[in-house]
Amino acid sequence: MSLLRCRTVQCRLCVLLAVVLCAFPFLTGCGKRHTRVETGIRDQILHAGNGTDPQDLDPHITTGEPEHKILMALFEGLVTEAPDDLRPLPGVAERWDISEDGLVYTFHLRTNALWSNGDPVTAQDFVNSYHHMLLPELGARYREMLYPIRNAEAFSTGRITDFNEVGAKALDPHTLEITLHSPVPYFLSLIMHNSWFPVHLPTILKHGDIAERANRWSLPGNFVGNGPFVLKEWKVNSHVLVEKSPTYWDRDNVKLNAIYFYSTENVDAEERAFRAGMLHLTKDVPQTKIQVYQQNQPHLIRCEPILSVYFYRLNVTSPPLRDKRVRRALALVIDRELLVKHVTRGGQVPAYQLTPPGIPGYEPRARFSEDVALAQRLMAEAGYPNGNNFPGVNILFNTHEGHRAVAEAIQQMWMKHLNIRVTLRNEEWKVYLNTTQSMDYEVARAGWGGDYIDPGTFLDLFITDGGNNETGWSHAEYDRLIQEAARTGDMKKRFELFQKAEDILMDEMPIIPLYFYTRPTLIHPAVRNFYPTLLDLHPWKYVYLEPPSS
Amino acid sequence: MSVAAELPNLTPPDAIEAEPGSSLWLDAWHRLAKNRLALISAILLILLAGACFIGPLVVTNTYYEQNLALGATPPSARHWLGTDKLGRDQFVRILIGGRVSIMVALCATFVSLTIGVTWGAIAGFVGGKLDAVMMRIVDILYSLPFTIFVILLMVLFKDFEARFRWLEDYGIPFNLLLLFGAIGVVEWLTMARIVRGQVMSLRKQEFIEAAHALGLRRRRIIFRHMIPNILGPVIVYTTLTIPAVMLLEAFLSFLGLGVQPPMSSWGLLIKEGAEVMEEYPWLLLFPGGTLGLTLFALNFLGDGLRDALDVRASKD
Amino acid sequence: MLRFILRRLLQTIPVLFVVATVTFFMLRVAPGGPFDEEKRIPEEIVRKLEAHYGLDKPLWQQYLIQMKNLLRGDFGPSFKYPKRTVNELIADAFPVSLELGCYALLVALTLGIVAGVIASLRPNTASDYVPMALAMIGICFPTFVTGPLLSNYFGLQLGWFNPGGWFFPEDRVLPALTLGFYYAAYISRLTRGGMLEVLNQDYIRTARAKGASESRVVVRHALKGGLLPVVSFMGPAAAGLLTGSFVVETIFNIPGLGRFFVMSAFNRDYTMVLGTVLFYATLIVLLNLVVDVILVWLNPKLKFE
Repeated sequence: MSLLRCRTVQCRLCVLLAVVLCAFPFLTGCGKRHTRVETGIRDQILHAGNGTDPQDLDPHITTGEPEHKILMALFEGLVTEAPDDLRPLPGVAERWDISEDGLVYTFHLRTNALWSNGDPVTAQDFVNSYHHMLLPELGARYREMLYPIRNAEAFSTGRITDFNEVGAKALDPHTLEITLHSPVPYFLSLIMHNSWFPVHLPTILKHGDIAERANRWSLPGNFVGNGPFVLKEWKVNSHVLVEKSPTYWDRDNVKLNAIYFYSTENVDAEERAFRAGMLHLTKDVPQTKIQVYQQNQPHLIRCEPILSVYFYRLNVTSPPLRDKRVRRALALVIDRELLVKHVTRGGQVPAYQLTPPGIPGYEPRARFSEDVALAQRLMAEAGYPNGNNFPGVNILFNTHEGHRAVAEAIQQMWMKHLNIRVTLRNEEWKVYLNTTQSMDYEVARAGWGGDYIDPGTFLDLFITDGGNNETGWSHAEYDRLIQEAARTGDMKKRFELFQKAEDILMDEMPIIPLYFYTRPTLIHPAVRNFYPTLLDLHPWKYVYLEPPSS
Repeated sequence: MSVAAELPNLTPPDAIEAEPGSSLWLDAWHRLAKNRLALISAILLILLAGACFIGPLVVTNTYYEQNLALGATPPSARHWLGTDKLGRDQFVRILIGGRVSIMVALCATFVSLTIGVTWGAIAGFVGGKLDAVMMRIVDILYSLPFTIFVILLMVLFKDFEARFRWLEDYGIPFNLLLLFGAIGVVEWLTMARIVRGQVMSLRKQEFIEAAHALGLRRRRIIFRHMIPNILGPVIVYTTLTIPAVMLLEAFLSFLGLGVQPPMSSWGLLIKEGAEVMEEYPWLLLFPGGTLGLTLFALNFLGDGLRDALDVRASKD
Repeated sequence: MLRFILRRLLQTIPVLFVVATVTFFMLRVAPGGPFDEEKRIPEEIVRKLEAHYGLDKPLWQQYLIQMKNLLRGDFGPSFKYPKRTVNELIADAFPVSLELGCYALLVALTLGIVAGVIASLRPNTASDYVPMALAMIGICFPTFVTGPLLSNYFGLQLGWFNPGGWFFPEDRVLPALTLGFYYAAYISRLTRGGMLEVLNQDYIRTARAKGASESRVVVRHALKGGLLPVVSFMGPAAAGLLTGSFVVETIFNIPGLGRFFVMSAFNRDYTMVLGTVLFYATLIVLLNLVVDVILVWLNPKLKFE
């Protein structure tokens, strides 16, 4: 230390500190190296941000969207989605016949479909999979998706115990016959869901009990699937790695060699990773950055509408909200344009009905328009002129910056135009679920995404005592319309019934639709065949990486 | 013959007045008053507190009025510190946020100083089995999952919410009281440990042994002799607790236990500002700067207090 | 000393027992369960799931079963990740947090103690104000501010590091600095406070009067006493650092244990909460033991009792 004239203690300590700090960049090797994105493009390896960490990769147990995306790479169902508009394309089934009455579907499976361990995929595999899914002991949360099959519900709830009575039969190793109990016009869209994916029963049995949730068959090393990719690595809270399957029947058309699905719980961290060239795709975009990208780098961001709606539930059993006029007043006074333009800012679409747009053939007629004067009149008629005597109302939302901003904006709108007292309450997720399910709220924020492309997935939420109704609203005519639609095979007739139901819903207003979601994503220009779709599903077998030609 | 006659004349030429009797605390007060930096800090803090409690009542902008079309804007004539994403004036929001943060800070300091110092002092001084039990209790409280505890408090809140709704009109939501409870439970733990450590090391010092020898009761020794000597680290740690507790409050509000919108707090403002620091840096800078200013002032005041209370400082 | 350590280790058992019991009941009383989802699950499926995990038995029975399993070291399967056991998840995540925590600890102790000592040597001068001002800034801008700042600047703007992830060796640097700075701020303030106390003592004056060089005075004589408050603070602080920081792990996308602490509570993943809590409790007790041993070593007048 005598090279620097350091006599005092603090001087020496300062020097030591300075040396250490300056050494840092050299120790870590600064300087440009190839980004992960660039090497990915070269090697056809996709790096995708996938949002929440996947809980499980058993298609019959999982319920979440991030899991579904990974499962789409690992499994293939009877039909697959077209990458651009999600129409059904042949998957494991080469072709299918539908009976006149729409009750019997006969799927002819291709002979060269193999599991990742080399076993052929047979019709019996599908029957066994439905059996697995419907087992009462398994407690699969999405088994309702299989209820259109005749006797499926009866078997699942234990009313019948012989699975042979259920309407799924393997006529021969490559012919599968499914019998429904009533016609389902959207059936082919329905069976794209992961609850309909086949699972390899011998593998499940090899690793434990068939209904054991902790059965380790879906871990890397044990995993067997029939999709375009196979499971290579799965690190909790980090990533899932899938590699191109050597046994997939259409492997020659699969261009990607591997996909990394990263768990990106923090949306800001994900955006930074994208900017640093570590991700080709993100799951989401931070709200404040959406406009920045749209202005400066519009080719990198997409904000496409999806089949999801953001709304407020109203507890119609709670005193001031019992009156339809109050509910309508609350709905009419919200300036949705202002909300989506300045608060949410993701190109969302203001909602004046429940069902999001985009379902082919269904354009909801029912709508209302914002009208402050009318709202004030309605409040007066209901006995609260200018907000007098109104007991005040509380908005509940689950902890989230976006929900808070929306709630704050609406709180102001209600206070300003209707002169009523509005308080806010935020609760952590599980508490919030508990509260809404036990109807211990007045107004609660909610969202709903469609599982398949049909208005029923939204409108049947609000039948009397429906599990997801949670508003206490009950309307006999509405129930009747929905039930009849469930029995009707004719698409046009169904849609007409749904339109009538939606009219009732928008008149009674047990819920206040606010806006329809968009899915903002950041996407590298080299990602191809990744189209915006209504359910935000992107079949991975078609995706590939190619640098833009310019 | 009287003794007095034999004593030489001891009257000194200049009369020196006997110094008035003084106590430790009075001495400290005098010393503190002389410390200019500490005095300035104290005045600053009082002004800040005043601004936070009275300011929002006199300023024209309100903390809740939104201007959605305006959105976040940098400082301007109309909005001295800019506006946030919903178009609300940041200056008033920082002031009103200060109310909550100051209250939270006072609560935490109070709990920390009363429970924490006492607990640590007793444990450190008595030692032995009592120390073991008291410190193990601290360990247990450290380990319990705070998040779950907060959620449980919220459940409690729901049952009593209706009864306390009237408090909200005064800007004191019931869950703020619960917030104080939650903070109270955790904030004294580290202070107790630090005090214990200090007391344990002081225990063997000569002046304490002297106090023992004089037959002073334990309580007197702890409070009159021990505690003034450990005030240094205690004051330092208190000034450190305050920012930590303000940020803890942000976490709790995030969970739903603390303030609800449109009310805010410095912790929440900083958290919201951090999320948008690239696009709207003033939303982080000003609340953070205010907190920083407060901390600096607290720091100098704390140092001043410590210097003033330093028993070893010479009286001149 | 050995007897002291053994006695303290024995005291760990009742602590862990109380922590496990209180946590168990806290979890059960809290609203919401591991199976609650936005899309409501039919009642009978919930019942099936509860039966599967033994949640339908009377509470005291569940408690006894849980305690028995814990004694065997079996924390059970995670509710959120059905295919993994809690033991596995902790075993995978802890080394990550441990590594990050050690680096952060190194940064915190080095920066903090050095800055604190420098500040204390010449109080109320520039060499005091500058480090303390930096410490203040470190305290008011906690990890959720400095993390994104460092990530943006060094990661994105300068491109020296990746803005997140835990794949390459250099990914350790930014999170360690973020976490380290924050604790360094505290440590520097506490060190300064402790040193100021000590530097006023008579024995320091004696040492100086005897002609010892400044560095000898500081390092050999003052530091031992001056570090007292820091050592006491470091017990729980180290436990917190080593078990990971939720905020830092979220910002930098690190698969550590810190995230589990908060997320498992949010998910009501009963077994995972119990696992992480007990793990943390054990660390706290052990580290406090280490701290107490160090305290005695620092002050030779104390004896182990």
